[in-house]
Amino acid sequence: MIQIKDLTKRFGKKPVVEDVSITIEPKTITSFIGPNGAGKSTLLSMVSRLLEADSGEVLLDQNSVRKWKSSEFAKRVSILKQTNHISVRLTVRELVSFGRYPYSKGHLNSEDEKFVDTAIEYMNLGDMQHKFIDELSGGQKQRAFIAMVIAQDTEYILLDEPLNNLDMKHSVQIMKILRRLVDELGKTVIIVLHDINFASVYSDRIVALKDGKLVKDGPTHEIINSDALRDIYDMDIPIQEQNGCRICIYFNSHT
Amino acid sequence: MRKNSTKLIALGVLAIICILFYGFYDIKGGFDYAFPRRMVRVAAMVLTGIAIAYSTVVFQTITHNRILTPSVMGLDSMYTVVQTLIYFFAGSMSVWVLNKYLNFGAAIIAMVLFALILYRFLFRADKHPIYLLLLIGMILGTLLGSLVTFLQVIIDPVEYLSLQNRLFANFVNVKKDLLYIALAILVVAFIYGYRMMGKLDVMSLGRENAMNLGINYDRMVMNVLILSSVLIATSTALVGPITFLGLIVANLAYQYLTTYKHSVLILGASLISIIAIVGGQFLVEHIFELRTTLSVIINFIGGIYFIYLLLKESRAAG
Repeated sequence: MIQIKDLTKRFGKKPVVEDVSITIEPKTITSFIGPNGAGKSTLLSMVSRLLEADSGEVLLDQNSVRKWKSSEFAKRVSILKQTNHISVRLTVRELVSFGRYPYSKGHLNSEDEKFVDTAIEYMNLGDMQHKFIDELSGGQKQRAFIAMVIAQDTEYILLDEPLNNLDMKHSVQIMKILRRLVDELGKTVIIVLHDINFASVYSDRIVALKDGKLVKDGPTHEIINSDALRDIYDMDIPIQEQNGCRICIYFNSHT
Repeated sequence: MRKNSTKLIALGVLAIICILFYGFYDIKGGFDYAFPRRMVRVAAMVLTGIAIAYSTVVFQTITHNRILTPSVMGLDSMYTVVQTLIYFFAGSMSVWVLNKYLNFGAAIIAMVLFALILYRFLFRADKHPIYLLLLIGMILGTLLGSLVTFLQVIIDPVEYLSLQNRLFANFVNVKKDLLYIALAILVVAFIYGYRMMGKLDVMSLGRENAMNLGINYDRMVMNVLILSSVLIATSTALVGPITFLGLIVANLAYQYLTTYKHSVLILGASLISIIAIVGGQFLVEHIFELRTTLSVIINFIGGIYFIYLLLKESRAAG
């Protein structure tokens, strides 16, 4: 279980994340939402140890993430940031194989290969697995990186705006895959999302941040209503229900 | 995979041919006199070649940049600075000069510190554009150069002669007494490096991805910087600075061996480096008849290649 306790991070004097405490429910998709600069990515970076917190702590199985050995932590929690520029020439399969590094240390056995195969299949990358990453489109590249994280086979998967630069089709595809990871394989996904409709339709829980502070934390249906959204975004957002999905119609709202 | 091993074998064969040519071509007079002397030079060239190739490849991995090398950033001019400072303040008869281990150790420590400071200011804080890094490197190089010249001008002329003898090392005039230290350092570096090849491969994915995969990134960067500085110190002490060699051999290796695997890249770059040095020195001695030096040729070709890489990079960025 991941528990976030009184986490604070300042860049200079300005607090970017301030006294945030959340408990991540296992086997759910938890979405971090909020306006630009709310501290969502920073929070995610601290949970995954990419960034050091100024105060407060993150606990994984009751132990502070700072105390975990890097190589063991990598078998439990994986993170994918939004910008992934690679300077070396790699094929898709080679990139996905890197996901096995925490287990194989570079020498893949047949079990590792099986994980790589599964991850490639999950992301529908089979026919392009021998292509070089720099020959792919933005969406294909994004899927290759997600496949790497899937091959890493961690209990917790943290994704920082994975839908950036993706068209509707691929966004939906990726969200469905994340849903399968949770429902079929029992993973726990924490994801930063910009589009609240994706958060509304696919996530179990929503954590809303604003100016570095936690404003809402609860099951999706409690957050996706006009009152709660007004607190988060300062907008009047009407909500319509369509086949059991709550859709936020924010395009024409008063601010 | 198989293609790469064929390429490595081809490079190995070429390197051996270069060495044989250098060792046996046109030996006049006493074979017993000339051959061992040539072999000492070959040993120095091989060690230098490996040290430069190795340090450049790992340096470029941690900086995620294929144009910067330890030498372009002025790391090897630090060697000159240290030696000049030692002669200036302690004098040529001091223990700092006479004890070659102490002397070498001081140079290495200074270069490692310099590398760490450079890294801290240039690479840690945000992403600076490459041109800024190059400019800063050049300015630092000029600064150190002027400092050295200043000290050399006011130093005692006799001391200066002795200093000059130490600084003007080259492949013909190898510092033989340092060969064994260099060999020992390289062996240690390779044993240490062998264990970190896989980590280096992961580090080429970038800081965040590498950390995700369980690499203690910042500690690795520190270790690699130290390793890289020690290797550059070794090669500079042996034969003096060869600024552009590392840049050429590393980039040729990337181009020729299309792989991300550091074990292959470092081996390939080392072989290319040996071919360039031994083959080049052969040309210098037998074709140009010592009317020029290898560093001049390498810096000339390397400079042109460097401009080509810069243009390519800026086109890719634009």
